[in-house]
Amino acid sequence: MDALGNLLLGFSVALAPVNLFWCFVGVVLGTIVGVLPGLGPAATIAMLLPLTLKMDHTTAIITLAGIFYGARYGGSTTSILLNMPGESSSVATCLDGYQMARQGRAGAALGISAIASFIAGTVGVLGLMLIAPPLARFALRFAPPEYFALMVLGLAMVVFLAGDSMVKALLALLVGLWLATIGTDLFSAESRFTFGQAKLLGGVDFIAATVGIFAIGEVLVNLQSRAGGEIVKLPRGIRNLLPTLQDLKDCRFAFVNGSLIGFFVGALPGAGATVASFLSYGLEKAVSRHPEKFGTGVIEGVAAPEGANNADAGGALVPLLTLGIPGGNTTAILLGGLILWGYKPGPLLIQEHPQLFWGLVASMYVGNVLLLVLNLPLVTLFAQILRLPSHVLHPFIVGISVVGVYSVNNSLFDVWLMALFGLLGYLMRKLDFPAAALILGLVLGDVMERALRQSLMMSQGDLAIFVNRPISATLLAIAAVLLCLPALRWVRAWRSEAVAGEG
Amino acid sequence: MRPGIRDRSGLVAALCLALFGAYVTYVGSNLAYVSDVGPGPGFFPFWIGAGLLFFACYQAIQSMSAPRRQNQSAQPSWRGSGRALAGWLAMALSIFLFGWIGFAASFVLLTIFFIVVIEGRPILPALGIGVALTVIFHVLFVITLGVSLPAGPWGF
Repeated sequence: MDALGNLLLGFSVALAPVNLFWCFVGVVLGTIVGVLPGLGPAATIAMLLPLTLKMDHTTAIITLAGIFYGARYGGSTTSILLNMPGESSSVATCLDGYQMARQGRAGAALGISAIASFIAGTVGVLGLMLIAPPLARFALRFAPPEYFALMVLGLAMVVFLAGDSMVKALLALLVGLWLATIGTDLFSAESRFTFGQAKLLGGVDFIAATVGIFAIGEVLVNLQSRAGGEIVKLPRGIRNLLPTLQDLKDCRFAFVNGSLIGFFVGALPGAGATVASFLSYGLEKAVSRHPEKFGTGVIEGVAAPEGANNADAGGALVPLLTLGIPGGNTTAILLGGLILWGYKPGPLLIQEHPQLFWGLVASMYVGNVLLLVLNLPLVTLFAQILRLPSHVLHPFIVGISVVGVYSVNNSLFDVWLMALFGLLGYLMRKLDFPAAALILGLVLGDVMERALRQSLMMSQGDLAIFVNRPISATLLAIAAVLLCLPALRWVRAWRSEAVAGEG
Repeated sequence: MRPGIRDRSGLVAALCLALFGAYVTYVGSNLAYVSDVGPGPGFFPFWIGAGLLFFACYQAIQSMSAPRRQNQSAQPSWRGSGRALAGWLAMALSIFLFGWIGFAASFVLLTIFFIVVIEGRPILPALGIGVALTVIFHVLFVITLGVSLPAGPWGF
């Protein structure tokens, strides 16, 4: 009842006309920012922060939070239509979303993405409302050994990205891990694999790598055949452009999976929405009755990661608001905003400033509804992009990739990197190496190495630290089981063949 | 069954990755493996390189000798790769030209190359499409979002 009463207070704040207006502005801006690769919510929030000093603080945090979770909605659009992840957390959406678009089901993919985002976003807000303080205390139990184990679990998802060849997937993963080592070593300040390039001291830009591998790589594959015309055939009629009731039924588990994994992983500072989306995708594939179809355009393969990366937004606000610990770049800037406005994020924020906290929570409900209402009608509009003939779409994709990557650091070097990764992405497709495994290694490698080295420092080199701690041991055990799955399947297949041979 | 290399492209890729793995291991071993406070900067690269070398050799052996299974990928077709490579080279040249003639002019040239040379379409519509796309990018990114793009001697 206490929570309900507070929520009613929150809605009275969130539904005030001025807050409703700025919530709308925030989610629209966030969606636009999410669609365009290279322009992230962190940079947008940082640019708008000075303007918010003139606003009421509750209105300001509602606007900035709207940009934060609105970007998660937008990131899926280019992933599905152009195989170009708008946000790092949308990479997993490319795997099945783009394949659905190629089969003429772009509308269904965009629609289920919006619906999954709405459901998971609502779950994330519910979680924030009901279990924020105890969840934050649990998240504090995650030290470097637990983070290392979580990253190993994330890497174990390579089992579900492998396709026909596990060895090729492992090779791609290792290349991704190598890419993550490029730059300055955090502990010793030594440079690794920079080839004398000062621009590589900060590491490989993630956006350049993903846009190159996915978008440019795809353009190069399409250039091979001179088929021309539309890249995909779009069905006519609005009914054919939205998910069907059967699609919604098929995604029941994906909605739950994405919501829960996204929220809990989001509550862990530093874990990241990308990890959540890959974990959710992997779990969805593991429990599916047709796992072999994942990667070929399965709707659950869109719903799960999209749900996860939206629920993650709610989860990421848990440590920020209850402990004052930001989980990533965007929440770090939100923390800066809260401090600038004179608040002390921490255990007492909810009690001392209930209007701020509950106003924000209620506005996230409202924002999720606004995003669903905005995005579903826009599905048909966005899907029209695929009607462009290929000779227009290819330069369009290259142009937007170049501009998006250049805009991150105003650096032509990043654009060159993107081009190189584009060639790599093309070769990987030709030779059947899964690009998603490489991206997984690139995303998780840095955090994993840091966590491993910090853990071994804590234990003075004793590896038992990973098994003596219950959370870490549990996560590593799950990862070990996942990694043994291909071997188990091989044994079962060999036994079936042997029995069939005897028969 | 005729013996021989089942997957020539896969073999070449595996050998390249094996060489790459050897390089990474070599560089990793030249960095400090351990430091005073724990694993050093060479620790991770060394094991990544070793892993690459091991799995690449395994993949190379598989490419040479494994019996063709039903679920094994077919040999990749390299027909049409010339068009893809030409597209990539044009893109690389375009990026090089950004610093000299600006984004707008080089992007128009790139669009003309894609449409006329690779897709085999007439030049005038290609020019129109190139200009239209450049204007759209300029309005959307430069004017609306304030992103600065490389400009040529004529200011855009």
